[in-house]
This record gives sequence, structure tokens and C-alpha cells, in this order.
Amino acid sequence: MTDTPLLKVNDVSKFYGNRIGCKNVSFELWPGEVLAIVGESGSGKTTLLNCISTRLMPTTGSVEYHMRDGQYRDLYHMSEAERRFLMRTDWGFVHQNPADGLRMTVSAGANVGERLMAIGDRHYGNIRATAVDWLSRVEIDESRIDDQPRAFSGGMRQRLQIARNLVTGPRLVFMDEPTGGLDVSVQARLLDLVRGLVNDLGLAAIIVTHDLAVARLLSHRMMVMKDGHVIEHGLTDRVLDDPREPYTQLLVSSILQV
Amino acid sequence: MATPLVVSEVSKSFTMHLRDGIKLPVVSDVSFSVASGECVVLGGPSGIGKSSLLKMIYGNYAVDSGQILVKHQDRIVDLATTDPRTIIEVRRRTLGYVSQFLRTVPRVAAIDVVAEPLVARGTKADIAREKAAELLAKLNLPEALWQLPPATFSGGEQQRVNIARGFITDHTILLLDEPTASLDAKNRAVVVEMIAEKKQKGVGLLGIFHDEEVREAVADRILDVQKFSPRRPIAA
Repeated sequence: MTDTPLLKVNDVSKFYGNRIGCKNVSFELWPGEVLAIVGESGSGKTTLLNCISTRLMPTTGSVEYHMRDGQYRDLYHMSEAERRFLMRTDWGFVHQNPADGLRMTVSAGANVGERLMAIGDRHYGNIRATAVDWLSRVEIDESRIDDQPRAFSGGMRQRLQIARNLVTGPRLVFMDEPTGGLDVSVQARLLDLVRGLVNDLGLAAIIVTHDLAVARLLSHRMMVMKDGHVIEHGLTDRVLDDPREPYTQLLVSSILQV
Repeated sequence: MATPLVVSEVSKSFTMHLRDGIKLPVVSDVSFSVASGECVVLGGPSGIGKSSLLKMIYGNYAVDSGQILVKHQDRIVDLATTDPRTIIEVRRRTLGYVSQFLRTVPRVAAIDVVAEPLVARGTKADIAREKAAELLAKLNLPEALWQLPPATFSGGEQQRVNIARGFITDHTILLLDEPTASLDAKNRAVVVEMIAEKKQKGVGLLGIFHDEEVREAVADRILDVQKFSPRRPIAA
């Protein structure tokens, strides 16, 4: 166990005018830890994720990140260029809709290679070899490397998006409903893949989902949100097996059994 | 290290908010300990809180009060109050659990399900898989099944995968929730033998066994959970 958190979120709030997006959220995330944020639509999960990942400026609060040089930096006091560099190298962001995270009109190989070029790789042969390797890790056949993601199925696009994000060896990955629009058999494949990659690479991840089964499978720790507030927070097994708050009990008791 | 697990004055109730907040007491004032090399069996009728007690120790249930002290590497951890991160670390290194039912993950082969706890502790995948194969063979799981995901296995087959997974590591404390419930006599005997081996190695075991024969064979001591239950019969 390392004794320094990777990310420190301090009292983050986001207001949309008078409406609350999320309010007074604080937590720490350690290297290798997977945190699930659950709650119904409109509960503030995605707002919170966007605030932490600097895609959205919170109204108050701060987010500190443990940089590779060992220093903590406040993400909102970095320059735009530094933030962009961080997002392209040390972080990944997997969107629910792969079209938001991919470049749909360049080839699959280029989608993966682009992030490598952002960190300075220039050797075409190496970039292509790494792209091939990553496509196979997400179970996309090498023969599809020159195809555009437009020609891919939803499940393939999502796997390609994951490869694009992980190729630079990030330490932290944000995922917004990564299995959202996929049918169940494709979902299972993706979940197994994500689970394996997170374990093998020792990634820290923050996963927003409304699917409690996904949270159980992937996460160590869980936060339950309602109306912009974190109402319950703890070990994933504990929150699901022994929910304390009325809303969490409702959520858990509403799962359909197969 | 003589006593790896100490449970002290633990109480637990459920508050059912969806039923007007009624409070269901589960157990109160539970105190006992498990020594290393000992197998303590929880006794008492169904619904008295035996499984709940195991889930509290493993961290799936929170407790209202009391302490659950575990010797973790060279320190004592109170599982009743520690943070999720420490619980996960204690589970990885110290505290094992064989649940009543296997929670399967889509697409993961039985042999990898069994090997996983070893891999999580840093063992190389091929060595972990060898050890997993050894255990599955010992438990008479047909080799044809090893490479298949256990979701479609029979109850007894799943249970054996679950047992192999729980026994593969050298955790110093092992919680067993009816591990022999759906096994035939031959495999029950294998499990009894595996428990004896664990005891020999100084592992502290805490289990639930409804099968009398198995209970007789493995128990050093039976702890009657009824005395902790608020639902104990009113004096007759």
C-alpha cells in the first residue's frame, strides 16, 4: 500500500445558477483504487466527474493531483496547456458515447497512435506496432487497423476508445457509463476486459454508472449520490449488502434478479 | 501469534427504511476469539445470525458497536472501524472467505477464478494456475470444466470452485459459510481433509456447517450463536 493519495478532492461544489449540480464533495483516491459513483439520472454523478476531471469548472472547492514528480498540484491553478498535457498522457477519459472520445474519421490505428504522438513518439513503425498490440488487447482484429471507427459496431468502438485512452499508460482513468448503450453480451465482454486491464495495469479509476452490478464487479469503493449530495460512501460490498440510507436501500432493493 | 481473530462486544441491527424504519436486531454483545490452528463452528438454528456474523467480520455488513480485531501482518486492525482500503488489504493478505454461493464473473475460466487470489498477492499467473489445477483436481472437478466460466456449472461444481478459490492462499484466518452444503460424501471428505491441513498450518478457521458429520470432524469448539440473539426464546 502506498501512503499518498493520487487525488484529493476537497469540498467541491458546482451550481448551475440556483440549482445544485453537486455539493460539498470530498474524498481521496489512492493509486490502484477503483471508485464507483452511483445514483439515478440527474443526481449529479456526471457533474461531479466533470468537475474532478477539469472538464467543468467547479463553483467552489479544489482538486489536487499527485504529479509524477511527487508534487501535489491544484488542478484549477494549472495553466490550460499543463492541464491538457495531463489529460492526454497521465489520464484517460472514457465517454459513454464512443463518438465523443474518438476521432470518427481517422483510422483505428491513428486513433490509438495520436495519443502516443502527443507524448513525443515519432517513429511510425513503433507507433503502428504499439497500436496493433493495443488493438489485440481490446480484442480488435489487426486487419481492422486501417478502418475508421465509423465502420465499427458500438461494442468495438467502445473497446477502441479504451485502447486509445490506455496506450499512454495513464495512472488515472475516468469512465462515464462505459457500458451504457451496449447490449448485455457486449457489456459482459467489455466489463471483463476493463476489469482485467485495471488489475494488470494497477490503474486508479473513477467510474460513473447507474448499474449496481457494474459497480460491484469493478469497484472497491462506492459513493451514492442523490440531489447533488453524496449520501453514502464505503466499501462496495458493504454499501450493497448493508445499505444504511433510505435512498440506498431503495436503490439496492430495486435491482431485478435474473 | 496465538489469536488472529478477536470479536469483542459486537452488536448489529438492520434499520429498514422502506418499512417505516423498523429496526431488526440481529445479534448483540458478541464476544469470542479464534486461536490459530483452531476451527470454531457457529451453531444454532437458521436465521439466528450465523452468516451475518461472518459477513460482519468480512466487512460486508457494518456493525453498530464493538470491535473486530484481526492480526494483520505485524499489527492489529479493528475491522469494525477501519477504512475500505484497509479492509481490502486485509482481505488480500490475511482474511479469506468461502461464501455460500460463487459470484461468477462473465467470461473468466474456472481455473482463473481459483487462481485470482494468488495473482492478487503477486504470484505469477502460471504458478498460480498450477496451484489452482492441483486444488481442482483434488476436489474432483472434471478437467474438461477448468477452462470454462463457472456460471453454467451445477451447484456442487460451483461450490468446489469456490472452495478451491478460498483455500488457495495462505491467509491466516478463513471464514467458511457452509462450504460443504451441496457436495456429495466423497467431496465432503476432501474438504474435511483440507480443513485439517489448514489447522495444521496454524490457520484460524471460523465456519458454519449444517452437516453433522462434517461438523463433528472439523470442529474444535462449537459457539452457540443463539446466546447472542435478541430473538432467543423467552424463558420457558
